[in-house]
Amino acid sequence: MKAKVYVTLKPGVLDPQGKAIQHSVELLGFERVADVRQGKYFEIALEDNVAAEEAHNAVTRMAAEVLSNPIIEDYRVEFEA
Amino acid sequence: MKFGVIVFPGSNCDHDAYHVISKHVGQPVDFIWHRQTDLSTYDAVIIPGGFSYGDYLRAGALARFSPVMNSVKKFAQSGRLVLGICNGFQILCEAGLLPGALIRNSGLHFICEHITVRVEASDTPFTNELQRGRVLRIPIAHAEGNYICDDLTLAELKRDNRIVFRYCDSEGAITNASNPNGSRDNIAGICNRERNVLGLMPHPERACEDLLGSSDGRDIFRSLAATVAAAAA
Repeated sequence: MKAKVYVTLKPGVLDPQGKAIQHSVELLGFERVADVRQGKYFEIALEDNVAAEEAHNAVTRMAAEVLSNPIIEDYRVEFEA
Repeated sequence: MKFGVIVFPGSNCDHDAYHVISKHVGQPVDFIWHRQTDLSTYDAVIIPGGFSYGDYLRAGALARFSPVMNSVKKFAQSGRLVLGICNGFQILCEAGLLPGALIRNSGLHFICEHITVRVEASDTPFTNELQRGRVLRIPIAHAEGNYICDDLTLAELKRDNRIVFRYCDSEGAITNASNPNGSRDNIAGICNRERNVLGLMPHPERACEDLLGSSDGRDIFRSLAATVAAAAA
């Protein structure tokens, strides 16, 4: 089983990297970009015999306690069979 | 009186801190490898600057899981002194020993320069030899020093006088122009509720000798040593 975790900055948290990326894509010619926010993406492969509920609980805890910092970031977990 | 300097893979200001304690404070000091968990013989520990775990994931995020950090938590809970400098401050925030977080500098650049900070609180074990309002010239060297916290935390920090250092101009005025990294309210250093854990982004250990451009940082270590000595007496 594979889990995908998306970590994004909370709304309102300054993202200077996103701003710099936005500036670069504008230089590339895309002038109608309203906003760019940079985040992080993780792929976590679990062993085959891990039950769905256990996997969900484990990955959610990983996302909440390691992969994201709750003060500045939100996370979203997805599963793929 | 015994000091410890915690060493993570990627710490690089550990020797500076060690040097300051042994030479300028004149007290015994050990390096403590991050796998060590016995801190019982120490009165104060310093979490030094650097790039623990290569700043992977977030600055300080992985160091929090090193075995020594559980011991540092208990050490702090027992009332003994913990000083986190730069990456050490980031680690203390990630570990929940200090509130808030340190994010990328608003100007994106890694900044390495001498700046000035104003002492906002002299009633801490780390600043009791300093006058409130005094301006210290100390270097910073970081890419993630932009202090951020929610409104409630900021109000609490202010109410309890836990903002210990703020970026200021050379005259001591707190201005936007003197804020190098976008930190909320020009915050450069804070302490915990019990006042025995301090984190700051500037490097006082790099400002202990006139030859290096400033010796203003010495008084922070002098305060620390005086507090430990007074507690032992």
